[in-house]
Amino acid sequence: MEYFIFFLAAALALAGALGVVLLRNPAHCALSLVVTLISVAIFFAQLGAALLVAMQIIVYAGAIVVLFLFVIMLLGVDRKESVEEPLKFQRPVALALGVILFAEVVFLIGHQWATGASSSGTTHAIHGGGADLGGNVERVARSLFTDFLWPFEITAALLVLAVVGAVVLARRSGESVEAGAAGTGEAS
Amino acid sequence: MSGSRDLLHLAWIIPALPLFGAVFLLLFGKRIGEPVAGWIATALMSLAFVWSLVMLVSLLDLPTEMRASVLNANVLWSWMPAGALHVDMGTFADPLSITWALLVTGVGTLIHLYSIGYMHGDERYSRFFAYLNLFAASMLILVLGSNFLVTFLGWEGVGLCSYLLISFWFERNSAAVAGKKAFVTNRVGDVGFLLAMFLIFASYGTLNYSAVGPGARSVSSGTATAIALLLLLAACGKSAQIPLHLWLPDAMEGPTPVSALIHAATMVTAGVFLLCRAHPFLDATSSGTVVAWVGGITALLAGTVAILQPDIKRALAYSTVSQLGYMFLAVGLHAYTAAVFMVLCHAFYKGCLFLGSGSVIHGNHDVQDMRVMGGFRKYMPYTAFAMVVAWLAIAGVPPLSGFFSKDEIISQAFLRDDYALWVIGIVAAAFTAVYMTRLIFLTFYGNERFRVAGDGPGAGSGVGHEALPVISGGSDDGVAVLDHDHTAPAGDDDSDPSPTVAYGDPVPVPNGHPPHEAPGIMVLPVMVLALLAAIGGILNLPFTSMEWLDKFLEPSFRGVPAVKPDSFAQGFGLEMLTFAIAACGIFFAYKLYKKGLEYADRDPLNEKLGVLAPILGNAYYYDHGISKLVGGPGRATASWLNRVVDAKIIDGAVNGVGHFFELLSRGVQEIQDGHVRRYAMGIALGTVGILLYVVLWIGR
Amino acid sequence: MPVLATTIDAGWYLVLAALVFTIGAAGLLTRRNVLVMFMCVELMLNAVNLTFVTFARELNDIRGQVIVFFILAVAAAEVAVGLAIIVAIFRRRRGATADDLDLLKDPTA
Repeated sequence: MEYFIFFLAAALALAGALGVVLLRNPAHCALSLVVTLISVAIFFAQLGAALLVAMQIIVYAGAIVVLFLFVIMLLGVDRKESVEEPLKFQRPVALALGVILFAEVVFLIGHQWATGASSSGTTHAIHGGGADLGGNVERVARSLFTDFLWPFEITAALLVLAVVGAVVLARRSGESVEAGAAGTGEAS
Repeated sequence: MSGSRDLLHLAWIIPALPLFGAVFLLLFGKRIGEPVAGWIATALMSLAFVWSLVMLVSLLDLPTEMRASVLNANVLWSWMPAGALHVDMGTFADPLSITWALLVTGVGTLIHLYSIGYMHGDERYSRFFAYLNLFAASMLILVLGSNFLVTFLGWEGVGLCSYLLISFWFERNSAAVAGKKAFVTNRVGDVGFLLAMFLIFASYGTLNYSAVGPGARSVSSGTATAIALLLLLAACGKSAQIPLHLWLPDAMEGPTPVSALIHAATMVTAGVFLLCRAHPFLDATSSGTVVAWVGGITALLAGTVAILQPDIKRALAYSTVSQLGYMFLAVGLHAYTAAVFMVLCHAFYKGCLFLGSGSVIHGNHDVQDMRVMGGFRKYMPYTAFAMVVAWLAIAGVPPLSGFFSKDEIISQAFLRDDYALWVIGIVAAAFTAVYMTRLIFLTFYGNERFRVAGDGPGAGSGVGHEALPVISGGSDDGVAVLDHDHTAPAGDDDSDPSPTVAYGDPVPVPNGHPPHEAPGIMVLPVMVLALLAAIGGILNLPFTSMEWLDKFLEPSFRGVPAVKPDSFAQGFGLEMLTFAIAACGIFFAYKLYKKGLEYADRDPLNEKLGVLAPILGNAYYYDHGISKLVGGPGRATASWLNRVVDAKIIDGAVNGVGHFFELLSRGVQEIQDGHVRRYAMGIALGTVGILLYVVLWIGR
Repeated sequence: MPVLATTIDAGWYLVLAALVFTIGAAGLLTRRNVLVMFMCVELMLNAVNLTFVTFARELNDIRGQVIVFFILAVAAAEVAVGLAIIVAIFRRRRGATADDLDLLKDPTA
């Protein structure tokens, strides 16, 4: 049963990934991405990361992809991209690199000196986050607010910064500059 | 005795005196002016001569076996301490060098004195004496040096001074060209000197004379032969032997004192000196044969050319080449002391002849062509007397010096069983007698051809004008306007015409003025040299107890066996035989020229030789040949080398390096094309590469 | 009560993640549309997330999942800022692609 879900999700993931890369219309690519994201969420569920399942759906599929679609529609870059590749050798080299990269990563997966894990998979209960207490969410939270408190706070600040930055970057240059100059002119 | 040795260490004073004179006169000469500049130079030379005498006495103070010891060498300072090569600036006072020093300073003083009169009125008077002093200093450095490199320094110095002095009147194009020719030809010989020094250093690790002597046999005979032959090449350049003899006749463009000092008495003997210094190499190998044959052939061929020369100085120039050949012959036969003896005697009589001819030219309003001379005995009796003495000396008439020195060499050839060279020597002696007799009679005896036909007493058989190819538009001094400078194109030269007359030049128009005797200051040195030429034989008479020069020089030539005649009778017989042949030559020329020339343009010897005459007169067209060779294929080769090797290959290689890097950078430039995706590709490549490294090499 | 994870061998997940990552990388190098390139980046991030979670189960360590939490947050911020930049650049130009951003090139070439 597990394997069936796994292979189904895997097929969906791969189909979605290929869709992103191969479809010509960017809007179609975005939708393809959603398929992959949901598949990954399924994997998270299988791997016992309950919180992450929720976060994946809400943040990634819900927010990020929607953002993508907004911009696509805003900029009108939904035209079909031409098939020809102007840069020489870009495609063949990209393909070759992809193959090599895949081979390398697979190799590294198989060796314990790279991953630190033994190759056989046994069912574990995932430890950590305080002596097997509570469900997944509790354990993640406990780790988050004790060991990783500092990065947590920083990340919060980062998010604020990102919002401010995005607003600043994306506004139209003309009106905002004048408003700002007028404002400082009055203040001085 | 140590006092004597210490004095010998002061030998550096000998060249220092004229060197100081040269610098002083170059800086202040103009202000000092005539004639004080000349007197200063002469005084310094005479002081150097006195000091050389002191050196001689100090040397004689030492026991014979110590006279050429290494201890006589003195290091003045460390000149080139360069890694394995360590060369000092130093002097080496042994019999050989002191003999030469005496010669240079002694004859040099006389010639300086003569020049005070000869150069009177010249606008660069003081500079002349500066150059003369510089020359003397260089020559003395050459002979007194303690190693090959110091000698080479002097070698180059005399070459430079020769150039400066030959082209002293450089406003005349032919003089400038002659100076250049001398210098360049010398340079060819210098290549031999340099290569020989390289070989010597490679073999011995040092260039000191003290090292070369005993070690000559320790070097492979191939190397020793190479060294000897290379030094022979250098000597040929400096001493004007075949094949590098062509500069000496043209060097007559210089003032006559220069011809006397440099090209008769001193500089040209530098080659002989070098070979004497390098005698261990000649003794250890069979290269002596080459030297002897070079000398013999040169002596003979130069003699054949001299008999037809119309210019008094050119005849003497070829004579010098020929006599130098005798010296080389002696060196090649390992008869070194005979060579040195001849150097001394030749300096006396040739110096006298040159200075005398200078007086003749000076008194004859600068006309050098003997075809319009004749009967000068009446007008310049003292000069004539001196030159007659010198003539007899060079012809080998006993008991004058030439008999003992030159004939000694010829006899040595016989005694060492080299009969071919002996015959060559005798024949060359015959030629010597012929051309010198011709010179004397054409100049001082016979009809007075300087007179225009019909006027003046003693016109003799007169000059047949019908036969004269008169030069149209004759200039006042009637000098031949042909400029026989082979390299300048005919139309280019608007400088003064050369006074030197080549074979085949038309006879100048006689100017009708009789010559006059030279002033006293010029006559005196000529007379002194004539006296020395007469009695110089005393230095080395062939009687065992009186061979002073041989005994004196023996320490410098240790290990060289002397070959003596088996009996007095044999030696005497040989020398008498040579004299007899020479006497025939004198008689032959006397018959031809005793009355002078009937027609100025018809030389009886010229007519007798018929077809051969132009070949001999033009020195076998050697000069023309070299000009054609260098000008034609030589120039073409140089041009090709310039276009192809230099411009394309060498410059191409250098520029090619630049181009290569340019191409390289241009290729690298392609990477920065601005396309973001290319940069992404670069990142991807890097990542894959690093992972590849991790996969393949880490974790093993 | 400890959460039970599946018994599927970790290797499967890891290989799949590697595959998705590779596809994302190839896509990033190949596509010209800026937004699609961005989406490929998201693909790669997701593949990494999957790897982390797999190892969290494998090595028995909750910190794998905590990291993913952070990655998610930062990815969101990144997308916001990145899209803002894209909007700023491409506002005027319709149909512009990544190849038009070539101001870094050598001006003399």
